[in-house]
Amino acid sequence: MIDDLYQETILDHSKRPRNHHTLAGANRKAEGYNPLCGDKLKLYLKMEGDIVSDAAFEGSGCAISTASASLMTESLKGKTREEAMKLVDKFHDLLTTDTPASRDLGKLVVFCGVRDYPARVKCATLAWHTLKSALHGSEETVTTE
Amino acid sequence: MNTLDRAVIAAGFDVERVRADFPVLNQTIHGKPLVYLDNAATAQKPRAVIDAIVKFYEVDCANIHRGVHELSQRSTAAYEETRAKVRRFLNARHKQEIIFVRGTTEGINLVTQTWGRTHLKQGDEIIIAGLEHHSNIVPWQFVCEETGARLRVIPIDERGELILEEYEKLLGPHTRMVAIGHVSNALGTINPVARIIRMAHAAGALTLVDGAQAVPHMPVDLQALDADFYAFSGHKLYGPTGIGVLYGKTELLDAMPPYQGGGDMIRTVTFEKTTYNDLPYKFEAGTPDIAGGIGLGAAVDYVTRLGIDKIGAYEHELLLYATEALEQIPGLRIIGTAREKAAVLSFVMEGIHPHDIGTVLDHQGIAVRTGHHCAQPVMDRYHIPATTRASLAFYNTAAEIDALVAGLYKVKEVFGDD
Ligand SMILES: Cc1ncc(COP(=O)(O)O)c(C=O)c1O
Repeated sequence: MIDDLYQETILDHSKRPRNHHTLAGANRKAEGYNPLCGDKLKLYLKMEGDIVSDAAFEGSGCAISTASASLMTESLKGKTREEAMKLVDKFHDLLTTDTPASRDLGKLVVFCGVRDYPARVKCATLAWHTLKSALHGSEETVTTE
Repeated sequence: MNTLDRAVIAAGFDVERVRADFPVLNQTIHGKPLVYLDNAATAQKPRAVIDAIVKFYEVDCANIHRGVHELSQRSTAAYEETRAKVRRFLNARHKQEIIFVRGTTEGINLVTQTWGRTHLKQGDEIIIAGLEHHSNIVPWQFVCEETGARLRVIPIDERGELILEEYEKLLGPHTRMVAIGHVSNALGTINPVARIIRMAHAAGALTLVDGAQAVPHMPVDLQALDADFYAFSGHKLYGPTGIGVLYGKTELLDAMPPYQGGGDMIRTVTFEKTTYNDLPYKFEAGTPDIAGGIGLGAAVDYVTRLGIDKIGAYEHELLLYATEALEQIPGLRIIGTAREKAAVLSFVMEGIHPHDIGTVLDHQGIAVRTGHHCAQPVMDRYHIPATTRASLAFYNTAAEIDALVAGLYKVKEVFGDD
């Protein structure tokens, strides 16, 4: 069913994305690009020591990629760098493997339906690829390819 | 009876009978009848093409041009017969001007790598159009980089038509080649290639036409067009993947160096010197896609039997019907409104990304393409990242257009403001 992919929370976050703006005082920035659909995304992080104290993004894409960026920025706040990196892996596992979803994912489990749409996995992971490069401190554009 | 049905009957085109020739159409996707509207990417294959391929493997399989044995003679005859069929279908002057390649992409690369590398130099100019598929952009960029030649681009207007006054200004003493798409895969624009070619020749330039989207949908007469090179893909002409054609004028092909080295393209080989085979074999090194070539012959026969004029007329009626139907949908905007258009409908919907449209339509059994359609400069021209594209073929029906419209209302239901 199409509703398994486009769950209520995803539709909500795609229509009303949270943290969808530039971020004053951001000290990490990265850009992501999905050449398949032309979607571009800018991610801003504010790190206080080892903690992500704030996160925001700009750019527009499909419902899946926008909701993913929106929910990701929400769930990052207050996490340590290492926790954030672990979350990237867990999110990736959620989309690409059959293993039961990690409880650390919280709301992000709404993306479990993407697993059945291999052509859409890259939409969901664009923000997360970009997060990885922001956390690594590299500023070049990452692509999903 | 709606106007379309009337027009169809007038054209003597029995679409239901034609559909029965395409086994793939007879299936359901997610529980709904398949509505295949991605014909510009690849077209479906009629039973006759599938049967020809099966027959080759079951009955006639052998390498070509090599054996004296019966099977080799049969396969050689069938493969070469396709060359003759393509020559007739496109009205080329000579059979030897039909060179088998993998598809349009390889055909264009063949020209850039042989003619381009030996004829271009610093200061020379190549003209292409703002509508080109990447396969008629990137190979030219390669050869420009290598030779110092320069790429110039004819801009398009808001409808998606080439601005011919700008083309005229670009033409000059440095123009060596005008390489132009016949029909745009992204927008459907039919370019006035005969005129473009005449203008190029008057300026002393050669011409290459990317006919990938033209050959399946409209009559093409190579001698009347007077194109110097013309490329198309078998798989968009209801034939198999892996086979296509590059046409070139004999005197140009003769003067060009070979493309790849290997078997079949030589006359004599010693370790000191190799002499090359005659046309077209000089450009056909190695064992080709024999089954593909034979399948392409069956596809040309099939299309000829239906009549390419009738196919074009029917598809045009369908385009008018679909255009009118899509225009009724609030928030939908058709991208590409050229006056001369093939049956391609590229569109965007306010606030809804093409990927999401594509996924929801797929759930209704409707196959469309979403993305930049290998034509990123076209998307940039309209300041959009992507479109949704429905591209039609003669086996599509008015009822399928109605299904598309219903599917798009479903899309609005899922993503609309609430
Ligand atoms: C206008 C145009 N040119 C070239 C190509 C490339 O054809 P192929 O991939 O068969 O080589 C296509 C196919 O997508 C096309 O639509």
